[in-house]
Amino acid sequence: MGSIELVCPAGSPSMLRAAIEAGADSVYCGLRDDTNARNFPGLNFSPPELKEAVAWAHQRGARVLVAVNTFARAGQSDRWLASADQAVEAGAYAVIAADLAVLAHMHANHPDTRLHLSVQAAAGTPEAIAFHAREYGVKRVVLPRVLSVQEIVVLQRAVAVETEAFVFGGLCVMAEGRCALSSYVTGRSPNLCGVCSPPEAVDFSESGGELTTRLGGFVLDRFDRDDTAGYPTLCKGRFEADGTAGYLFEDPVSLNAMGQLAGLRRAGVSAVKVEGRQRGKAYVARVASAFRQAIDALDRGEDAEAFQHLLTDLAEGGKETAGAYRKAWR
Amino acid sequence: MTVRPLEIVLGPLLFNWPAERVVDLYARIADEAPVDRVYLGEVVCGKREPLLQHTLADAAERLEKAGKVVVWSTLALPMTARDRRGVAETAADPDRLVEINDAAALWSRSVGSFVAGPMLNIYNEAAARELMARGCTRLCANVELSLPAISTLAKGCPGLEIELFAFGRLPLALSGRCYHARTHGLHRDSCRYVCDRDPDGLAVRTLGGQDFLAVNGVQTLSHAYQVADIAPSDLQAAGVTALRLSPHTADMVAVAKAFRAFADGLHGKSDLLASLVGAGVPTPLAGGYLRGEAGVTGLVR
Repeated sequence: MGSIELVCPAGSPSMLRAAIEAGADSVYCGLRDDTNARNFPGLNFSPPELKEAVAWAHQRGARVLVAVNTFARAGQSDRWLASADQAVEAGAYAVIAADLAVLAHMHANHPDTRLHLSVQAAAGTPEAIAFHAREYGVKRVVLPRVLSVQEIVVLQRAVAVETEAFVFGGLCVMAEGRCALSSYVTGRSPNLCGVCSPPEAVDFSESGGELTTRLGGFVLDRFDRDDTAGYPTLCKGRFEADGTAGYLFEDPVSLNAMGQLAGLRRAGVSAVKVEGRQRGKAYVARVASAFRQAIDALDRGEDAEAFQHLLTDLAEGGKETAGAYRKAWR
Repeated sequence: MTVRPLEIVLGPLLFNWPAERVVDLYARIADEAPVDRVYLGEVVCGKREPLLQHTLADAAERLEKAGKVVVWSTLALPMTARDRRGVAETAADPDRLVEINDAAALWSRSVGSFVAGPMLNIYNEAAARELMARGCTRLCANVELSLPAISTLAKGCPGLEIELFAFGRLPLALSGRCYHARTHGLHRDSCRYVCDRDPDGLAVRTLGGQDFLAVNGVQTLSHAYQVADIAPSDLQAAGVTALRLSPHTADMVAVAKAFRAFADGLHGKSDLLASLVGAGVPTPLAGGYLRGEAGVTGLVR
C-alpha cells in the first residue's frame, strides 16, 4: 500500500476481484438487502460470497470494508445488527455504519473490528467526528462531499481519527444522509431503503420528438431526441424557479478529484474513495488503475497531473467537476 | 391510566424573516395562541444567526412570561467556525433547554437533557435509546417516519416524549450550497440574504408547470404543507405527546387554535382543514409519510 489507501467499490464478487487486480488497496461492498446504501437488484453479496471474497482479498493483501450504512427501520434493527455480525464473521477489515444502533452494537460486541463512520452520518465538523469517536470508538470517518481541500486540512488537524475522502464518481448534491427528496415523491429513500430515485418510480416518455423523464409522476427533465437523457435522479433534474428554468440544484456532473489528490495526501487524509458499486467491473478496473498510477507517482515524488484526463469519458453525462474541493460556489 | 392531552408546540422558524415580522409572530403566540412550548433559534443557515439574536432573546422573555416553555434549537448543518461556535455555545449551556439538530451539538451537550430534532437521523428505537442514554428526553420524529414506525419506536423507548411534525412544509434536504444564492446568480459568501424575499420559501416548479418543492437557502422543503389530520386518540396510542407546527406566513395563532380544538376532540378532521384554509394555509395539503407512503401523497378525505 502506498501513502494513501485506495478504496474502490465492489457491487459483485467479480467487480471486487477486478478492483483489487487493478490496484485497489481496499474494496467496500454490502450484503444483498436494504442494510446498505446501494440496494439495487442484482448487486451486492450473499454471506457466503462475502466470506469467499474476503478470503480471496486477503490472499492478495487487500482489505474488505463492509457497508451496513442505511438506517435501521423501527422494529427491525436486528436485521441491521445481523448484517454487521455477518461482516465481522466473514473477516471484514472494517464495518462502515451510520445508524447509532449499528455503531453501538459494533462498539459493544465487536470491539476488535474497525468501525468506520459512513458518509451517510454527515459528520463534517470536528465536534461531530469527536462525538462518534468518543462514544463508539470510530476509527475513520468518511468525509461529506461538501468540504474543500483547505477545510479538510483544518479538519484533519482537529480530529484524532483517520479520514477518507471521495475522489471519483457520482455526487450527492445534498448533504448525504440528510435528504428525503426521493422518499417525498416515491416513498423510498437512501436512508431507509438504500435507494435514491428508485427505478420502479421512473418513467421515460416520448412525444413530438421530445423525451420527458419523470419520477413519481413529476417531470424531472426534457430532452431533444438527439440528446442523451441521464437517469432521472431527483436533485439532478431541471426545474423552474423565479422565472428561469435550469439545473436548480446541480448540473449533472461527476466528481473527478484526481487534481486534488496531492492536496488531500498532504492534508493527511488516510484513504481516498471511488463511488460506484452499481457501475460494474470495467469501470472499477479503469478507475482503480488510474488512481493506483497517480498515487504511486506521487509516492515517487512525481506529479499526478498526467493521470487527470484518463477517466474523463467515464463521467455521468460526460461532464466532471472537482466538486466542493475547489468550492467555486462559496 | 389517564393520557395527558396532546401538547401544541411551535417549531423553529425556518425562514429568513425581517425582525418586525418575527417580533409580531412571537408576540401574538405569547398573547393569543394555545401553544405550550416554542422553539427559537436559527436552524437552517449560520449566516442568518446574528440577524435575530436580540430579537429572539426578547421574544424568549415575552414567551416565558406568558407561560410558554422556550427551547433553543441548534443549526442543522454547521460548517464554518462561526457556525460551530454558535452550536457549541447553545448546546453547552446547562441553563437552557436545547433542541439538537446535528451530532456536533451532541458533543457539546455534556450536561443537561435535550430534545432531539427532526433532522437527526433517528429512525428506530435502538438509536433513540442511544440518545436517551445521553440525556434525550424528547424526540421530534424524523419526517420520513410513518405513524406505525413512530409507534414501534415509542414502545421501545418508555418515557420518551414524542413530537410529530404536524403542520407546515416538510424539511426534506440540507446542502452545503445555497440555492437561493445560486438561483440569483450569487455565491453563498456574498448572498445578500436574498432568501428574505420568500418568507415561505421560493417556489420550485417542474418543467411541466407543476408545483413541486420550495427552496429556503441551503434547505429544500416540500411545496405541499403536511397536515397530521389523524385522530388524536390514534396519535396518542402511537405514543405521540405533542404536535409540532412549523411557522409560516399563514395566521399561526389561528393554526394553533385549529390544532388545539382538533387535539381536544372539539373539532373533527373537516373542521381542522376548513380552519387551516381560513387561516391562509395554501393547498395542496399532504400526509403520505405518516401513512407510510410517498410524503407528497394527499390527505385521505
